[in-house]
Amino acid sequence: MLKAKIHVFLKPSVLDPQGQAVTNSLHSLGYDAIRETRISKYIEIKFDENDEEKVSKQVHTICDKLLANPNTEKYAFELEAVRD
Amino acid sequence: MRVSVITFPGSNCDHDAMEAFETRGHHVSQIWHKDTDLQSPDLVILPGGFSYGDYLRCGSIAKFSPIMNEVIGYANRGGMVLGICNGFQILTESGLLPGTLMMNKSLQFICQHQYIRVESADSPYTFGLDKGMALDIPIAHKEGNYFTDADGLKALQDSDRIVFRYCDRDGNVTPDANPNGAVDNIAGICSENRRVLGMMPHPERAASSHVVSQDGLFIIKAIENYFNSR
Repeated sequence: MLKAKIHVFLKPSVLDPQGQAVTNSLHSLGYDAIRETRISKYIEIKFDENDEEKVSKQVHTICDKLLANPNTEKYAFELEAVRD
Repeated sequence: MRVSVITFPGSNCDHDAMEAFETRGHHVSQIWHKDTDLQSPDLVILPGGFSYGDYLRCGSIAKFSPIMNEVIGYANRGGMVLGICNGFQILTESGLLPGTLMMNKSLQFICQHQYIRVESADSPYTFGLDKGMALDIPIAHKEGNYFTDADGLKALQDSDRIVFRYCDRDGNVTPDANPNGAVDNIAGICSENRRVLGMMPHPERAASSHVVSQDGLFIIKAIENYFNSR
């Protein structure tokens, strides 16, 4: 069984108001050295399949079709062999 | 006119849209998202709401509803599709309109009266209206911050596809009049063939004498005049 650990994150050029709000909160907690916070999504998908090449291809398609919005987001993932 | 309003699980402005057009004497059909028959419409409306609970991204799951294949085919054959609020989000997620509706800059859900300026009369939805007129149309959304990159924005500007911009009462398009941070104050855009329109404000909520503004009727009457002129 393979687990895909997928990060979907905003492109650097896209403003992240949530991240800005968190930065402001962290500053008010006294963490003055924090310059920027970016919020992203983390998604795990388990596959009943052990062929990494096959799964990798599917994860790319899944991200392109549904999990990421190509206008504003990018994604990265890694595969991990797991037992159920 | 024959108007088909699509109901997704989580749509909540479908009946408002139906009533707005029924009151004007049109034949309105409510279409469930699992149906595959649009019932020969002259206009399809994707209403506001929270389809699929806004899971993943607003509108991203609705594009896989069976009826959306029909809506996309209908639009590609030149059919008229009006997406309001969540409907606008579904249109961008489905690729019928460019760009993305992102979270409001303020991170707040905004529910208020809002003026929008008619920027182009070259659409069925603004047919016969004066360019530059300001309409009072309510907004109610958390993800209405329209974003497209610099090239995408230029393409919209160059092809006169920005149909509505947020403005103040006097029609001035200013940063202060922008409720959600949308790029270039964009409140509504149309497709290349000008027959698909997405807008965040709710004209169907400003179409009855029981509510504060009736400016939504300008848009509904423009659609009627366009239809009758054909």
